[in-house]
Amino acid sequence: MPWLIQAAVGLVVLVLVAFLLGNLVRNLTQAGLLLTWSWLGNPAGFEMAETAIPFDAAMPYWRALLAGLANTLKVVLAGLVGATVLGTLVGTASFSSNGLLRRLARVYVELIRNIPLLLQLVFWYFVVFLALPNGAAALQLPGVVLAKAGLYLSWFDPAWQWQGPQLINGVWTAPLRITVEFAALLTGLVIYTGAFIAEVVRGGVASVPKGQWEAANSLGFSPLQTLTRIVLPQALRVIVPGLNSQYISLAKSSSLAVACGYTDLYSVAETTLNQTGRAVEVVVILLGSYLVIDLVISGLMNGLNSLVQLRER
Amino acid sequence: MGWLRRFATALPLVSVLTLLGCASEGSGVQSQKMATIKARGSLICGTDGKLPGFGSLGPDGRYVGLDVDTCRAVAAAVLGDGEKVEFRDLNPSERFAALSSGEVDLLARNTTMTLSRDAAGGNGLSFAPTTFYDGQGVMVPAASGLADLKALAGKPVCVPSGTTSELNLADRMREQGIVYTPLKFQTLDQMYTAYLSGRCAAVSTDRSQLAAQRSTFPQPKAHTVLPVVMSKEPLTPATINADPAWADAVRWTLFALMQAEEMGITQANVAAKVAEAKANPNQADLRRFLGVEGDFGRQLGLPADFVVRAIGAVGNYGEMFERNLGQMSKLKLERGVNRLWTQGGLIYSPPFR
Repeated sequence: MPWLIQAAVGLVVLVLVAFLLGNLVRNLTQAGLLLTWSWLGNPAGFEMAETAIPFDAAMPYWRALLAGLANTLKVVLAGLVGATVLGTLVGTASFSSNGLLRRLARVYVELIRNIPLLLQLVFWYFVVFLALPNGAAALQLPGVVLAKAGLYLSWFDPAWQWQGPQLINGVWTAPLRITVEFAALLTGLVIYTGAFIAEVVRGGVASVPKGQWEAANSLGFSPLQTLTRIVLPQALRVIVPGLNSQYISLAKSSSLAVACGYTDLYSVAETTLNQTGRAVEVVVILLGSYLVIDLVISGLMNGLNSLVQLRER
Repeated sequence: MGWLRRFATALPLVSVLTLLGCASEGSGVQSQKMATIKARGSLICGTDGKLPGFGSLGPDGRYVGLDVDTCRAVAAAVLGDGEKVEFRDLNPSERFAALSSGEVDLLARNTTMTLSRDAAGGNGLSFAPTTFYDGQGVMVPAASGLADLKALAGKPVCVPSGTTSELNLADRMREQGIVYTPLKFQTLDQMYTAYLSGRCAAVSTDRSQLAAQRSTFPQPKAHTVLPVVMSKEPLTPATINADPAWADAVRWTLFALMQAEEMGITQANVAAKVAEAKANPNQADLRRFLGVEGDFGRQLGLPADFVVRAIGAVGNYGEMFERNLGQMSKLKLERGVNRLWTQGGLIYSPPFR
């Protein structure tokens, strides 16, 4: 009677979970830490340096946490795009007929993936971006100004005129400004995850039999056409599952933002925890948020995976 | 799960009854915490570990600072030896969880006493006497010419993430309608590195901490702590609410150090004072204070001579201050409001009676 055994095992698991939960509630009650959520409606009272959605100190804690989540999503989305582009370029570059390009790609991958991300973030923020000069001495590239106060980019102004960065009274202004905190975090995440994605792409491309290249070549395809029309579509079947893990890992790594002063969900949660003392609730919110972000990424990637797989008839 | 819920609801009742039973016996004190500490043979104390003047490692690898001395004084009072302390370095986010989970017995980590931290419905801490009355200040590079909060409008300000400093700055700036950019850092190292690299126009936290940190800068004179004081920061050691007897023992050990300064008892002369008290039955105050007569120690669950042991370990409050923060230290802070009440300050011990 397999169903009886199933039911018995299920019951035992249920009892165990109930016991553990009861134990948790009892201990939390004794420590005066029983879960309450009413504090979420209290005014947060702290400011944030930059927010993707409007926020000020008079707004409640849940808005603060939401603004933190929006900041996290902002850097994760930008990071996913950047790391994918960089990873694909480097991954395909390691098959280049140009030896220098091939070797550069290998050096990049081996250098970056063997150094802890936290150290890289500290490096990008404190050593690179905080070393940028301010004012007239700032690094000026066409359409972009890199200064300690932020990165200033050309974009359309409110009157839809293309507008570059301008120096007014020693202070740069531009239609688009990115803080160095965001820039450092994004750079770190893109370069770090890009190295792993490059390996995933390289593995995917290598999985396509050599005969496919040769066949395309003999039919008169150019190397670029061979890559984009013949090899990459086949390689995607191998690449997508590997990408999934890298995307999830990038989303989780974004919580290292505290190392470079970016106000992400983790940073807001930490402040909230300190102001309210609701450690368990805040950690539950944190765990839940990252879990949901990663499940969404994973779900989307699994959907993509089923699209690119070979359909056998 | 009926029995489980019944059991769960009955448990607090049982423990309350047990506590009541103990309290009604009246023979000395029942402090679970103190029993644990005695059984372990050492006090576990949560300190900053990186803040000069309050808690940091000295050149010989020994912890030094006002908070560290607080720990040593309590260890001396409970265990008879000021060296029987294990220090735990805690950052602002960890400190309350570490205390309420029992990871540390005593939190002496320049923590501001506030209502929500004290209240049973908040963090549920029990605060000892304030060991340092501080206020939040702002430090700017001297060359910047910034003179007050208004001058910080539109400028980035570095603050430690998750501290009262962060809230106070936000409150003061909102009152005055000043828009600014707070840059928050989890560790002080990161915050001061960002400040020194010029990312922030100013850095804001407790004035004593600013002075302490400035003393470690390559060029301390190139930075000014502005005269503005934007908050009250009574830095106070804390224990958990759940063990009032332990809180009392800590409280009166610290009061004893303040009382000792008032009575002119120092680390150097405490032995002579004990001899003097023993020889002269008329000095009732001194005899009671030093445990030559009376049972103050027993009432607190401490040895009769806990005051003598604490002073023997770290000296009186004034000596602690001067050694760690005052003229004998690198920080050279003025006593200011941290003088004795007899000299116009706020340091005041209730009577030992």
